[in-house]
Amino acid sequence: MRLIVDIKKQLPSYLLEVTFDLEGEALGILGSSGSGKSMTLRCIAGIETPTSGKIVLNDQILYDSRKGINLPSRDRKVGFLFQNYALFPHLTVAQNVAYGLKGLSKNATNRRVIEQLEQMKLSGLGDRYPHQLSGGQQQRVALARALATEPDVLLLDEPFSALDTYLRSELEKQLSKTLSSYKGLTLFVSHNLEEAYRICQKLLVLSVGKVVAEGQKQAIFDHPDSLTVAQLTGCKNYSHIQPIAAQKIHAIDWDCTLQTVKSVSSRHTHVGIRAHQITFPETLDQPNTFPTWLVWTSETPHRMTLYLKLGEPPTDPDDYHLQAEVFKEKWERLKNRPMPWFTHMEPSKLLLLNP
Amino acid sequence: MLWEPSILSLQVTLVASVLILVFGLSFGIFLARKQFPGQIFISTLLNLPLVLPPSVVGYFLLLALGRGSPIKEWLGINLLFTWQAGAIASAVVALPLMVESTRAAIGSVNSELEAAARTLGSKEAEILWRITLPLAYRGILAGFGLSVARGLGEFGATLMVAGSIPGRTQTLPLAIYDAVQSQNYGLANVMVLLMTTIAFTLLWWVRLLERQKEKGKGKIDAVDSRY
Repeated sequence: MRLIVDIKKQLPSYLLEVTFDLEGEALGILGSSGSGKSMTLRCIAGIETPTSGKIVLNDQILYDSRKGINLPSRDRKVGFLFQNYALFPHLTVAQNVAYGLKGLSKNATNRRVIEQLEQMKLSGLGDRYPHQLSGGQQQRVALARALATEPDVLLLDEPFSALDTYLRSELEKQLSKTLSSYKGLTLFVSHNLEEAYRICQKLLVLSVGKVVAEGQKQAIFDHPDSLTVAQLTGCKNYSHIQPIAAQKIHAIDWDCTLQTVKSVSSRHTHVGIRAHQITFPETLDQPNTFPTWLVWTSETPHRMTLYLKLGEPPTDPDDYHLQAEVFKEKWERLKNRPMPWFTHMEPSKLLLLNP
Repeated sequence: MLWEPSILSLQVTLVASVLILVFGLSFGIFLARKQFPGQIFISTLLNLPLVLPPSVVGYFLLLALGRGSPIKEWLGINLLFTWQAGAIASAVVALPLMVESTRAAIGSVNSELEAAARTLGSKEAEILWRITLPLAYRGILAGFGLSVARGLGEFGATLMVAGSIPGRTQTLPLAIYDAVQSQNYGLANVMVLLMTTIAFTLLWWVRLLERQKEKGKGKIDAVDSRY
C-alpha cells in the first residue's frame, strides 16, 4: 500500500501545499486549527478538488491536474471518518453500516454488517437510529461503516474531538486495536499531539498550509528543527539567542548564558526546552544551572506547572522566564525549599531552533 | 350547481398537482444541485408567476398555447378553453412555491452526509434517492401542499386561458364569481365555505409537516452538534 500526495490548493487566506509519500504505515497529520490538515484529507477523498498537483494510490492515479484526471470519490476506495461522524440520521445503525456494500446478496450483506458490528462492540444496536446512540457509539458506527467497504486508505478527521476525556481514551484504545488489524493505510488528522503520537508511527506537521516537519514521531519530538514544530509539539519555553562560541549561546529572553551539545549555526535563532525537562538540583555545580525564584504555580490532577524567574526575584506575576512541569510527589519535596531554588537545563535537552 | 364546479376543480387540481410535482421537483432539484451561468436568471424567471398579475401570466399562457404556438401549430393540440388549460394555468402559478420549497429543503440537508455517501461509493442519483430526498421529504411535501392550495384557488390566469364555461371549464373559484354576479348568495356561501375548508385543511397539514420537520431536525442536529 502506497499513497503519494503532492498537491496545492488555494484557500481563502493561504496556499495549502502538501507533499508526502506514505508506505504501509499510519501517518498522523498534526497542526493547529486552520492549518489545512482537514482540507488535505478532503482532497485525498475527493470531497474537495486541489488547485493543482497529483494524488496516487497504489499506482492508480486519483488526481492529476496535468493529465486532467480527477476520480470521483466513489471510485477512490477511501474510507472517511468525519469529525461529526456524518451518520445518516434516517437509517438504522445496520443500514448505515450496509450503505456502502454493493453487489452482495442480502444474506452476505447481513453477515458482513453483523461481523462489523461485533468487531466494534455494537452487537444488538443494529436496529437503533443514530440519535439513540451515545457519542462514542456513533463514532464506532461511523468507523464500522467506513471499514465495511474495505477501503485502501482510511482517513480519520479529528475522530475524538467531539468526545469527553474518558470516552476519548477508551475509543482511542479501540481505534488502535482496529487499526492494527487493518491492512490499508491510515491518515489521522489531529490537533492533539499526544493522541497523534500514540496512534501513529509517522507524523507530518502542518503550519499555515505548509509542511514544516515530517518523519518518525520520535525524531520530530526529540529534534524539532524549527520554532513552529517545537511549539506545535508542545514545547513551552523559548528564547531568542545570540551565539557566543560554537557550543555556547546567550539566551536573550532568559538573560543567561547556556552551554549546548550541538554546535550553534547562523540559522539558529531560538533555543527551547520542554517544560518537563527542567530539573531542580540542590547545588549550583552543574553547567546551565541558575538561581531561580518561583513566580506562581498552576495545578493539574497529577502535575504542577511552575512559572520561574531566573537570576532575580520577580516583580509581578507575569514576570517569568520558564515554565517547568513536575509531578506532585516532586512538588511536595520542592515546595519547602527556600528561595532561590536552582534550575538546571541539561545541555543535551536544549533545542536549537530555526525560525 | 355545486356538483359540476367541484368535480372540475378536483379534476383540474389533480392534473395540476401531477404537473407541479414533476416540474417543481425537477426544477427544484436542478437549481439546488447545479451551479451554472444564468442560474439567477432562470430562478427569477420561475418565480415571476408569484408576483405578476394573473392577467399577465394568463396572457403569456395564451401566447404559449394559442394560435401561432408550437403546441397548436406543430402538434395540432388545441388546449385553449379546455379544463386542461386551466390545469396548466394552475400549475404555472403554483410552481414557484414548489420549486423554492424543494430547493430550500434539499439545500438544508447537511452536505457532509452527501459527501459521506460519495466516499461510500454512491453515484449522484443514488445519493439523491437514498439520502437527500428522504431527508428533505417533509420540506418538499410542505411545499407541495402549499402549491396545491395555491393551484386550487387559481382564478385570473385560468379565466384567460380556459374561460368560465359552466360544466366544462368553470372551477369553484370561477363559479363563486358567477354566483355572486347573478346574486345567487346561497350557492356562493356553500362554495366559499367549501373552498375555505379545503384551503384551511391543506395549510394546516403544511404547518404540521413543518413542525415535524423541526422536530426531526432536532434529532439530526443532535447527531451534528458535536462539531
